[in-house]
Amino acid sequence: MRRPFIILAVMLFAALFAGIAIDYTERQSLRPLAANYVKRVPQELGAPNIITGILLTYRGFDTLGEVAVLFMVAAGVGLVLGERSLPRRDDVPAEPEEIIPSTELVQNGAAVLFPLISIFAAYIIMNGHLSAGGGFQGGAIIASGVMLLLLARPEYRIDHGFLGTTESLAGVLFVLAGIAGLIFAGGFLDSRMLPLGQFGAFFSAGAIPIISVLLGVKVGCELSVIIDRFRG
Amino acid sequence: MSHLPISNIVLATGFILVLIGLWGMLTHRNILRIIIGFSLIDTGIHIVIVSIGYVTNGTAPIIDSALRPSEAASRVVDPIPSALVVTAIVIGLSVTAVMLAYAIRLYESKKTLSIDAFMESKW
Repeated sequence: MRRPFIILAVMLFAALFAGIAIDYTERQSLRPLAANYVKRVPQELGAPNIITGILLTYRGFDTLGEVAVLFMVAAGVGLVLGERSLPRRDDVPAEPEEIIPSTELVQNGAAVLFPLISIFAAYIIMNGHLSAGGGFQGGAIIASGVMLLLLARPEYRIDHGFLGTTESLAGVLFVLAGIAGLIFAGGFLDSRMLPLGQFGAFFSAGAIPIISVLLGVKVGCELSVIIDRFRG
Repeated sequence: MSHLPISNIVLATGFILVLIGLWGMLTHRNILRIIIGFSLIDTGIHIVIVSIGYVTNGTAPIIDSALRPSEAASRVVDPIPSALVVTAIVIGLSVTAVMLAYAIRLYESKKTLSIDAFMESKW
């Protein structure tokens, strides 16, 4: 009885999408706004990676809000899933769960891979202004390393205090960098408060590498906390 | 027509993914499968946004020895959709995490993941 309506709804969406997809023609040149960004990011910010320049400077406030969303999710998941270990009144008291250790293969694999994953994450974060990468991507890689660690060592307890402090510190420094941009350069999170340096060098593009590191640390901590919350 | 532009193919793939996700969300009664359907819709929309930013024969908007700043404006793809998709991925992950957390809670309250068991707020 419900199925014909579902088919109808999906077909209507399909017709809508088909109309868009058939009429779409590939662009031959950039839109004026995009061309403007492509011209201005290397000139004004000194960052070879145009996307990083847009994300961290022109749309830096947006990125800050996004990190705030991630923080709220980490807190919200903690709120929803927290206190789960308390036995409810009408339940039989649950037996203490025995932790099944992972196999030697996974443990040794994690021991070999975790440092490499961490180094790779640091590389991705630090090269955000030069090449493909950035704070979000590197933070996600850190969290994947933490995930591997939790799979290999189920008995390992993550220090939430340390993660929370690091994450808050990175967040405070992020906002302070934004205010410094307001004071020393053109606006909130303006990366030109530091000298631009030589184009394409490791220390270049003003404050973008610093903001990128803060972002990476913050995202990595938040995602690690979210992953750990789901372990129960 | 023998040669279809790449962005049209990617756009159609994204839309098909959205439809599969919608179908999965509407037909399945298991909360986890509904969440998987949501993730498919999410990913499909990301693919659609990225494909809209493609410019014929464009390359990644990263300036290096292979791409001079002077020729960048004529050879790169649109960087704005890519920057927006980074945002969208993070928000999608956040929404998925919250949904999974609530799924765990709902399972604890009724010991089932079927959405038919949760009738309290149905009108």
